[in-house]
Amino acid sequence: MKVLVAVKRVIDYNVKVRVKADQSDVDLANVKMALNPFCEIAVEEAVRLKEKGIAEEVVVVSIGPKAVQEQLRTALALGADRAIQVETDELPDSLAVAKLLKGVVEKEQPQLVILGKQAIDSDNNQTGQMLGALTGMPQGTFASKVDVADGSVNVTREVDGGLQTVKLQLPAIVTTDLRLNEPRYASLPNIMKAKKKPLDVTTPDELGVSVTRTVKLLKVEPPAERSAGIKVANVAELVEKLQNEAKVI
Amino acid sequence: MSILVIAEHDNAQLNGATLKTLAAAKQIGGDIHVLVAGQGCQAVADEVAKADGVSKVLLADNAAYGHFLAENLGQLVADLGKDYGHILAPATTTGKNFMPRVAALLDVAQISDIIAVESADTFKRPIYAGNAIATVQSEDAIKVITVRATAFDAVAAEGGNGSVETIDNVVNNDKAEFVGEELAQSERPDLTAARVVISGGRGMQNGENFHLLEKVADKLGAAVGASRAAVDAGFVPNDMQVGQTGKIVAPELYIAVGISGAIQHLAGMKDSKVIVAINKDEEAPIFQVADYGLVADLFDVLPELEQKL
Repeated sequence: MKVLVAVKRVIDYNVKVRVKADQSDVDLANVKMALNPFCEIAVEEAVRLKEKGIAEEVVVVSIGPKAVQEQLRTALALGADRAIQVETDELPDSLAVAKLLKGVVEKEQPQLVILGKQAIDSDNNQTGQMLGALTGMPQGTFASKVDVADGSVNVTREVDGGLQTVKLQLPAIVTTDLRLNEPRYASLPNIMKAKKKPLDVTTPDELGVSVTRTVKLLKVEPPAERSAGIKVANVAELVEKLQNEAKVI
Repeated sequence: MSILVIAEHDNAQLNGATLKTLAAAKQIGGDIHVLVAGQGCQAVADEVAKADGVSKVLLADNAAYGHFLAENLGQLVADLGKDYGHILAPATTTGKNFMPRVAALLDVAQISDIIAVESADTFKRPIYAGNAIATVQSEDAIKVITVRATAFDAVAAEGGNGSVETIDNVVNNDKAEFVGEELAQSERPDLTAARVVISGGRGMQNGENFHLLEKVADKLGAAVGASRAAVDAGFVPNDMQVGQTGKIVAPELYIAVGISGAIQHLAGMKDSKVIVAINKDEEAPIFQVADYGLVADLFDVLPELEQKL
């Protein structure tokens, strides 16, 4: 079975995000970039499927400028076999990304496509589901457990009320939640080996997809600040304040 | 153009997030229709027909929709949604699951998790885990939107007079099926709907100690939540997690106990009206957003708090 994993290059999750003074966007100049944490979990899950002998090949794909090759190499160092970059300097929205991925799916014919449930920059939580609709594949989103059986996959999903399990016919789409697994660190020998693994470059044109956006970003602002309040000395004072000052109990 | 709102429910009762999504629809302006898709859900349709501002309820009652599978619901909503200007659903795990399929089938973008309506085509939404707020404008003919329910005040549940129309569209895919679910059973209010939420973090030390929180919660009629650290440490199940990747809450009173206040947790609760932090580390970042901070050992504070309430 072939597994395709889609990954995104985003701001490192430890970096404090700052909005540009002209409110045009957040400031990403000279900021550390990394593999989106949910995508890292997706790569790890695919590599584990290969280690269990369920998957034969793990192909990783990313969309963006040349810099995304850095994240593709990271995924290769974690154990993916081969990488594809869809090169564009545009910032495609989730629908365009899903259309590009559909093009890759048609070429590669994977049995399973694993994606992060959302990217920590745009927080859209859309791409996997959109790819499902465009390809007609069933989906198991927000996965905390993935069990591949003969011709199907059981996915346990984290839902508001607890957990839900669905059975999907392959080929299928899985999007990862935090508790699916704990990604490994890439070892130095694997980082060296990753440099020699194949990385192919294609373009939106070759895939026949236009990446125009229909949603315009008008403005980006910092959120309303919440100021620190007061310290109370003991429980009695806390209860008194909540009753008489805040009037919430 | 009319607005189609997709109701969130459990086949028996309407979820409160729907009334808040209706509030967003009212701000957009236009005739509001509500789709209730499920199995044996007539009561839900009758209930939402009474909500303020609803002119018509479409009831799709079929086993195919019983578990709200995205493959079925996405196609149904896309088929019905062609004639609307806006399609709205709450940004719950159900809404997040099927709405992007609707958008893709209609070949339009989706605008996720809006927190404000600026005009019929312009909305505000949090990005970067709430560290920035984007204002976005859609040029699509049909605007597919998920709504962060906590950002809107619910419309009145009574007083409306919508009609209920049964529709017989059945979409039943053969590629995805429901196997089972483990839903948390609780006598307490739902986290996202509770007036008061009390949450524990790594400082609780183990799952047993959450009983101390529960006793206080019982006095306040509160829901009990947890930080990601407490969930990852295995103290409590994931459905209790408050934060960017868990549940977003905005109660009147939020009490954070033994929670340091990581960005990811703050993103899930900082819109609460009053925040109380109880932590023995006075440097904990949670105190920077708390209205009332108490620097003390939670194992002393919780029993005393329970007693004084």
